[in-house]
Amino acid sequence: MKSPLLKNLMAAAAVMVLIAVVANGCSAPDQSGTADAAQAVYVAPGSYDTYYAFMSGGFSGQLTVYGLPSGRLLKTVPVFSQHAENGWGYTEETKAMLNTTYGFIPWDDAHHPQLSQTAGVPDGRWIFINGNNTPRIARVDLGTFETEEILEIPNSAGNHGSPFITENSEYVVASTRFSVPIPQSDIPISEYKAQFKGTISFVRADRPGEMDIAFQVMMPGLDYDVSHAGKGPSHGWVFFSTYNSEQASTLLEVNASKADKDFVAAVNWKRGEECVAEGLAKPFGGTYYHNVVGEDRVATSTVKEGTQVLYPTDCAGLVYFLPTPKSPHGVDVDPSGEYIVAGGKLATALPVHSFSKMQQAIADAAFEGEVDGIPVIRYDAVLATEVQNIGLGPLHTEFDGKGNAYTTNFLSSEVVKWKLGTWEIVDRIPVYYSVGHLMIPGGDSRQPWGQYLVALNKMTKDRYLPTGPELAHSAQLIDISGEKMKLLLDFPTAGEPHYAQAIAADIVRAREVKFFELTANTNQYGIKSEAEARVERNGTEVHVYMSSIRSHFKPDNIEGIQVGDDVYFHVTNLEQDWDVPHGFAITGANNSELLVMPGDTRTLLWKADRPGVYPFYCTDFCSALHQEMQGYLRVSPRGSNVPLTFSTGGS
Amino acid sequence: MTRPFLLPALLLVLFLSACGGGGAADTPAAAPDGVTQDQLVNGIGPVRSVTLAEVDATLAAAGEELFTIKCSACHKMGERYVGPALGDVTTRRSPAYIMNMILNPQEMVEKHPEAKRLFAEFMTPMANQNLTEADARAVLEYLRTQAPAN
Repeated sequence: MKSPLLKNLMAAAAVMVLIAVVANGCSAPDQSGTADAAQAVYVAPGSYDTYYAFMSGGFSGQLTVYGLPSGRLLKTVPVFSQHAENGWGYTEETKAMLNTTYGFIPWDDAHHPQLSQTAGVPDGRWIFINGNNTPRIARVDLGTFETEEILEIPNSAGNHGSPFITENSEYVVASTRFSVPIPQSDIPISEYKAQFKGTISFVRADRPGEMDIAFQVMMPGLDYDVSHAGKGPSHGWVFFSTYNSEQASTLLEVNASKADKDFVAAVNWKRGEECVAEGLAKPFGGTYYHNVVGEDRVATSTVKEGTQVLYPTDCAGLVYFLPTPKSPHGVDVDPSGEYIVAGGKLATALPVHSFSKMQQAIADAAFEGEVDGIPVIRYDAVLATEVQNIGLGPLHTEFDGKGNAYTTNFLSSEVVKWKLGTWEIVDRIPVYYSVGHLMIPGGDSRQPWGQYLVALNKMTKDRYLPTGPELAHSAQLIDISGEKMKLLLDFPTAGEPHYAQAIAADIVRAREVKFFELTANTNQYGIKSEAEARVERNGTEVHVYMSSIRSHFKPDNIEGIQVGDDVYFHVTNLEQDWDVPHGFAITGANNSELLVMPGDTRTLLWKADRPGVYPFYCTDFCSALHQEMQGYLRVSPRGSNVPLTFSTGGS
Repeated sequence: MTRPFLLPALLLVLFLSACGGGGAADTPAAAPDGVTQDQLVNGIGPVRSVTLAEVDATLAAAGEELFTIKCSACHKMGERYVGPALGDVTTRRSPAYIMNMILNPQEMVEKHPEAKRLFAEFMTPMANQNLTEADARAVLEYLRTQAPAN
């Protein structure tokens, strides 16, 4: 139990360490700001970065793509949030991607990107990311850099420990940060201990377009936090950090920080598969949406009903609890698959569990008790070591593939390098300020590219020119190729990157899509040539089958629209070359513009609400005559006898 | 001071002229705009010569379909549109030139004097619609059927 005195002491210690760190930063020779550091991150004009880095957008709901080592922003991939820049979530083709059982949700809080893996190594096919607030998992294709699939997670609340991936992309996982009544029901919050539950979901991930809940595990009412899958010998297991073993439902900062130890939950999903196959899972309710971009590049939603739920008491060997000090946050498995590092954010030592000891402890039944029927393994029977002097507030650990581990400390604002096996601390570097996650390309896989480390800092303060009260979050690139870590570069990021992933650029570039084949365009409103351009009325719906090419629309003069009409502009970009998108915008559009890639069709719904003549134009500078790429739509009063006509250049 | 450099300089001149002369024997003299006489006629791109026979109607029909999808947004046969009218193009350009303009438009409008002139006149660059060489050959066959003599 932690007393107020101990808390004050810890806070004082944190301040002293911070002072020491800052003072040290001022006096020590620091490579940042030197010509050497500049050279190390310089990517000459026209040259490419070595790595793609994918950062979660946090409360932006998106995924951002950076080049490393330059830190250049390459793209924002819209995932869970509407994106007026290219119409994502506004166009008729993409709206369905944001459907949930809570209705159309145009936003989420995206925390953890996870690259698809083959044999424990990132393979560059897809990247998955979780929606924390309205529980969802999305799959982004790395040929198009577009979100292709979003699965809602039923029987969940706060999908934080997600979508950590198994080493052949068999599953991505989802776990409840917030325990709640499952199924949801109207009961007093004071019933938490008796009634609230958590779930851990295994989502089939290796069949594009067919993501689905394979099974869910009903867990005690704790807060399931972060996760990572086993690899090599520990393949078949996924590890989840938990906090709030106190099962508090109010003032958690105090009430969930009392116990000396919480748990890492070790879940054996291969055992789960066996139990499901043996019919030990119980059919359970739960409605959820599955939104998929089809062959025609149009998103559709399917509503699914019910899951299969495994109760640990029905499936012996499915779940074990590993006691872990003080509200562990990160749970990170080293490249060999033997060590499970769990950063206890209120602990001063960093516990490292041993997978082989865990197996022995299970064989020996070295348990100290159980929670809701889940065996709790004795701490000493599973612990490899506690890394001493790790710093204050250890959170997350990644690996360089050369026998070293790197742990972030939020409170002491530093990254600490230590050796696996000897457990000695070999280097530490201050970061600015208050680092959360860190990312080494492939650093949570079996084969890290141990060249760079990115510290994803939570506080920015004075690192950049001020931009008012709201500041961009700060990332810092650190060279880890030598014995000593060297700070190379600061760069601002979008939203709040929590976790990130990176991969050698060549692996992703091999999958590059430059444009969509017009002949393969199967959008039902797409057209293959200007000859098919037309306008059709169906009651108060008007469908404009429009083409765009440098530098005109067809049709570009439309008359006979009436007040009250719903006008659907189906714009097909007839270009068949790389980097020739065309935009489309019309006065008063209350949703967004369209940005149409070559060979693709996107649709904007526009409501004619007043008579007049309204210009439309291309929003993406496409050619020397881009300014001429424009047209007019005439709207007449309802019941007018102006005939429906359309043309371009008189034909 | 100049004497020590004289011999090497002389050798260098001989070497360079020998190389230039050797090249000149193999390739046609450069046209004024830096393209060869052959490029002037046949364009810059992967196609060096095309052997034409009687018009192949099946191939021309395939070419017409491709033309409608990939070209007709900018080209008409009888009148200037976004790009030049193409009804008589096979009477004005060599078959290889036409195919290279389809297959390699960016380099053509950057380097070829005739394509550069047309780019300046029409202001919209000939788009690369990513046709294959076989596609371009089919479009050429279709264009042959549109020529006034046919």
